[in-house]
Amino acid sequence: MKIAVCVKQVPDSWAEKKMVNGILDRENVDAVLNDLDEYAVEEALRIAEAHGGNEEGGPHTVTVISMGPERATEAVRKALSMGANDAILVTDAKLAGADALATSAVLAAVIEKGGFDLVICGTESTDARMSVVPAMLAERLNVAQLTFASKVEVDPAAKKVSITRVTEAGVDEMNAAFPCVISVVEKINEPRYPSFKGIMAAKKKSIESRDLAAVGVSVDSAWSLVADSSPRPPRAAGIKVSDDNSAEQMVSFLAEKKLI
Amino acid sequence: MSNVLILADFVSGKATKTNAELATAGARIGEVTAVVLAPAGKGAAMASEINKGPVSKVVIVESDAFVNNGVAAVADVLAQIIAAQSPAAVLIASHAFGKEVAARTAVKSGSGIITDAVDVSSDVTATQLVFGGSTTVHSKVSHGTPIITVRPNSIDAQTAAATPAVETLSLQVSDASKKATVTSSQPPVQGGRPELTEANIVVSGGRGTNGDFSAVEGFADSLGAAVGASRAATDAGWYPHSYQVGQTGKTVSPQLYVACGISGAIQHRAGMQTSKTIVVINKDPEAPLFEIADFGVVGDLFAVLPKATEGVKARKS
Ligand SMILES: Cc1cc2nc3c(=O)[nH]c(=O)nc-3n(C[C@H](O)[C@H](O)[C@H](O)COP(=O)(O)OP(=O)(O)OC[C@H]3O[C@@H](n4cnc5c(N)ncnc54)[C@H](O)[C@@H]3O)c2cc1C
Ligand SMILES: Nc1ncnc2c1ncn2[C@@H]1O[C@H](COP(=O)(O)O)[C@@H](O)[C@H]1O
Repeated sequence: MKIAVCVKQVPDSWAEKKMVNGILDRENVDAVLNDLDEYAVEEALRIAEAHGGNEEGGPHTVTVISMGPERATEAVRKALSMGANDAILVTDAKLAGADALATSAVLAAVIEKGGFDLVICGTESTDARMSVVPAMLAERLNVAQLTFASKVEVDPAAKKVSITRVTEAGVDEMNAAFPCVISVVEKINEPRYPSFKGIMAAKKKSIESRDLAAVGVSVDSAWSLVADSSPRPPRAAGIKVSDDNSAEQMVSFLAEKKLI
Repeated sequence: MSNVLILADFVSGKATKTNAELATAGARIGEVTAVVLAPAGKGAAMASEINKGPVSKVVIVESDAFVNNGVAAVADVLAQIIAAQSPAAVLIASHAFGKEVAARTAVKSGSGIITDAVDVSSDVTATQLVFGGSTTVHSKVSHGTPIITVRPNSIDAQTAAATPAVETLSLQVSDASKKATVTSSQPPVQGGRPELTEANIVVSGGRGTNGDFSAVEGFADSLGAAVGASRAATDAGWYPHSYQVGQTGKTVSPQLYVACGISGAIQHRAGMQTSKTIVVINKDPEAPLFEIADFGVVGDLFAVLPKATEGVKARKS
């Protein structure tokens, strides 16, 4: 099997984020591998390992695909140190401020060229929080969409995948034939920590860098534009009580606010 | 006058409160048509539930593919309706399913997309709260038909009774959208309480409940509230996953959120920090969730909640 994993580098969740000219200022915050994408990398490795492995010369490969600035190399390297085989990073100045439509167009072009059986994503990038890229990829690639999976079973011989999908609408059992786009929820597995050996090995693995010309798509300016953004007033410091009649004080507070 | 499509929202076959919210936002822009995508034979019954808010028209399309093939089939037909009607905007409920439908519809119709709007104005400008609610953003779609997903419980809905005209369209679901098959579906576990994302008040319990949610549930019931849980509580199996609030659970923004025995990890905050009023009960005065509390009680939830429950009942009687 040829498995692709889409990972994004995002600002650290704890970092303070700011908008500059209508786009997220990514320059001045620490960046990390989107933690929800670690589950995607782990699941890709487990699928490969369950069917003969992705070691050099093994039957399967796991390729990391990312679109982002040059320094997204660090996030990609982390996925490689977990055990993925190689990586493609799409970097181009024209992609600054790209929206989900542009992102999915770029990723779809890379995936199409690579001819993958399975594409595995996280359910959400912790910065944009849109949860739309996997569905857009399935649409663009004209392949099956198996998203929000809490369980994935792959039959490489029959080229079939079954998943359990968990969303607010309940729990569904779904299946499809290769190729397909899968997204995995964080309950699916426990991502491994890169081992020392993994980190050393990752230094030698190939990260192929491509610009838009190499990908072969042109990206228009974003199809949705931020008109303005403004910081909201921080929550005023609240009341904090700890004495014996705190329950009664709390109820009075709720009554004053007309919440009872 | 221009036309606005809303994708009618159903959970387990029942129309949700979100429909009137979508219609209210849509009516600021134009005449609202609700699109009901139903399994064969169910269209009329489902359409009859779209009976509140400023809805002028309901169009029904019936196909078992909406159940058997999910998101792809729904987006396929929605895009066909958009192509035929050129609406001024399409509004969809902002949850996992709604966002995925919006995603595929945007690609199909060559349109821009905005997710998680908390408001939409008459000129189709969407308001979003980003970066953990610390920043307000106004944005507009600049290409194609604006496809906007709207967060449940954000828009003050008009709920006057509606008697929309009903029309059935005969449209085919393309084979390309039948590549994934749903073989079985289990509806979400529903207790007798309000639905989390629709509730005006949510009372959540975390690891601090130590598995005993009775005090949390008792307080929730005194307020007519929904019950939520942190991931620590759902992971431990104390409460079903569908009740999880947070980054990988549900996003709620009720009038009042009461967090009991929840520390306030960033992933939990991501699902509740735009709540209008936040009350925190935690025995650790240093718990980070106190930072965003309007009212904090440093104390043992098992001592505080029963007293508070009595207090609420006394005031209500
Ligand atoms: C990828 C990822 C996704 C995640 N998604 C989510 C998510 O969607 N939602 C979510 O909630 N978490 C999520 N988490 C987990 C999150 O990081 C925290 O681990 C979790 O929110 C902690 O839950 P908690 O606050 O209940 O438990 P803890 O952090 O253990 O806090 C328990 C609190 O209870 C207090 N307490 C104990 N006993 C009592 C008592 N008797 N009375 C009063 N207070 C008491 C303690 O002082 C403590 O502050 C996610 C984590 C990851 C890595
Ligand atoms: N720039 C990107 N590069 C690679 N993968 C991405 C990128 N953006 C999003 N993804 C994938 O799509 C998933 C959902 O992202 P989003 O729709 O932005 O919330 C992520 O978890 C990633 O797996």
